[in-house]
Amino acid sequence: MKKTLILLLVMIMVIGSFTACGGKKDAGNGGDAATEVKIGINYELTGAVATYGEASVDGILMAFDEINAAGGINGMKIVPVKVDNKSDAAEATALATRLMTQEGVVASLGPATSGNFMATIPVAMSSKVPVISASATADEGVTVDAKGNVNDYVFRLCFNDSFQGVTMANFAANNLSAKTAVIIQDNSSDYAKGLAKNFKETFTAAGGTIVAEEGYVAKDKDFNAILTSIKGKQFDVIFLPGYYQEAGLIIKQARDLGIAQPVLGADGFDSPVLLELAGAAALNDVYFSNHYSSLDQDPMVQDFIAAFKEKYGSDPNAFHALGYDLGKYIADAISRAGSTDPTAIKDALASTKDFAGVTGTFSMGQDHNPIKSIVVIGLENGVQTTSVKVDPK
Amino acid sequence: MDQFLQQMVNGISLGSIYALIALGYTMVYGIIKLINFAHGDVYMIGAYVGFAATTYARLGFIPALVISMISCAVLGIVIEKVAYKPLRHSSRIAVLITAIGVSLLLEYVMMFFVGAEVRSYPKVLSDAAINLGSVRVSMQQIYIIVTAIALMVLLQFIVHKTKTGKAMRAVSIDSDAAQLMGIRVDKTISFTFAIGSAFAGAAGVLVGIYYNSIDPLMGVMPGLKAFVAAVFGGIGSIPGAMIGGLSIGIMETMVSGYGNSMYRDAAVFAFLIIILIFKPAGLLGKNTREKV
Repeated sequence: MKKTLILLLVMIMVIGSFTACGGKKDAGNGGDAATEVKIGINYELTGAVATYGEASVDGILMAFDEINAAGGINGMKIVPVKVDNKSDAAEATALATRLMTQEGVVASLGPATSGNFMATIPVAMSSKVPVISASATADEGVTVDAKGNVNDYVFRLCFNDSFQGVTMANFAANNLSAKTAVIIQDNSSDYAKGLAKNFKETFTAAGGTIVAEEGYVAKDKDFNAILTSIKGKQFDVIFLPGYYQEAGLIIKQARDLGIAQPVLGADGFDSPVLLELAGAAALNDVYFSNHYSSLDQDPMVQDFIAAFKEKYGSDPNAFHALGYDLGKYIADAISRAGSTDPTAIKDALASTKDFAGVTGTFSMGQDHNPIKSIVVIGLENGVQTTSVKVDPK
Repeated sequence: MDQFLQQMVNGISLGSIYALIALGYTMVYGIIKLINFAHGDVYMIGAYVGFAATTYARLGFIPALVISMISCAVLGIVIEKVAYKPLRHSSRIAVLITAIGVSLLLEYVMMFFVGAEVRSYPKVLSDAAINLGSVRVSMQQIYIIVTAIALMVLLQFIVHKTKTGKAMRAVSIDSDAAQLMGIRVDKTISFTFAIGSAFAGAAGVLVGIYYNSIDPLMGVMPGLKAFVAAVFGGIGSIPGAMIGGLSIGIMETMVSGYGNSMYRDAAVFAFLIIILIFKPAGLLGKNTREKV
């Protein structure tokens, strides 16, 4: 008797939640769509990679504020629906579902990292609402699925990892005349593994040798053992694909052990925390590929930096710049689509040509990856002092 | 050979930290047969107290270390009084679950106040290093090893030469008999928690300075490793915890340095399993039958 009662209750709850979803969706997409347009912001606001998420959201909101101040998109105000996925993939999926089926957003921005972004893709595909990330750089499983088909509703406006790995390998071989390299990769992240793979392929194809490959996992703090073992080897550069939390510690411990070779990395280095963890003295001869450099003298970039400083009182980093471009990009697509129908917006996103952003001018490629240039930034005493722009092949 | 010696220096530095944390596990287990799973988080709190002392109060290494040890000692007593003492006569599993609860509480309360981001310590100790032949020993490593040795000598002195130490040993053998002999058991247990937690606090400050990176979940893995070290050395045995800590530290370093760093944790736990199969009480443990 008790069992049937519980079963009945559960069924009522399940049915109830379904109807609640359905009902709200209609209200969200119809209703007052003419005066405002809801855009989801699904980012890492707390948790392990919160600095990426927070920076991106600051950039997006700055773009939205500018657009709303200038009268909105075709007269419609942008209403951002901001949620925190806690740097967790499962949470990101759940929130994507909520945004698309209950909040009635016309598109969802974020998350910042590839793994969390990928977790939202199935939801986007089944709800037919576009998702766009400005910083999910993983090669596989983002805009193109395992069978090689383009995920219609998935876009990004950053280059992908293979391009970063390839660029850094060429940079090591051509600009630093390196013949031998050591790879220290974060084995707990697809991002780092993809970078390492592409670096290795390009570097060996250019005639270089990989002397050693070491691995670590996120949250490790002691790298002395692997660094001591590579110290005994002859090599010209260290390639260190990973995030700033561990990269900062690895660079510090390497320099403390007397390893003075150049260290190369990718956009995961881009955080002020890298400087805090490694200390200025350790950050010499460190190079990383990035989406944007504040050293760029383009007036658009300099205007953005000035406006950002005025709004937030600090210098923007690449994630701020990418977030800002993302905000402008979605607004541009909605305005060209001339409608708030997610499918029309998807088509407008896909047909973008020569969009001028702070992180470079790009057109959207066939596979929903933008065709844009990359910068390699060099650090001296922890300060960005050089930047080299590399165009796509 | 040079590389081997260098790896030994790395391993001993890491092992000293594990040993300091393992002492707390082993002492608390020795006296009330409780595996205090919140111990790794006391170590994390110690790191944050040291962070506050060096960053905001601009204190040096020694004052920061002392403040952190005192704060953690107080925290240890509070945890014992609030969470464990009321359950002292409950089943073993109830206390174990409470310990896990306290651990999560400390982690997430800390995350609420300080955020989840990693923080870096100010430079309290110089980055200078001494070169012995081609082996490089940094000042931070020297501080870690010297502090660990000094604290362990202090502990040996307390346990074997003081009245309180005698009381601790008596309670660990038979707390009812000790009580009949006029030993204040509650006070002795609090004192044990205080010392164990103070040592964890010291380890937290040392780690903060050595690795320059702290976060609210930093206690989870070292806490687990230190627990392994304590079991490996023979839980309940103070020299066992020291030997266990150093062995685990050196083993980890050697596996990463000469093998593959991906197998580091697996190797440590595999070795623990082997030791427990052939010597169930750990290296220095007493062979008494014990249900856990």
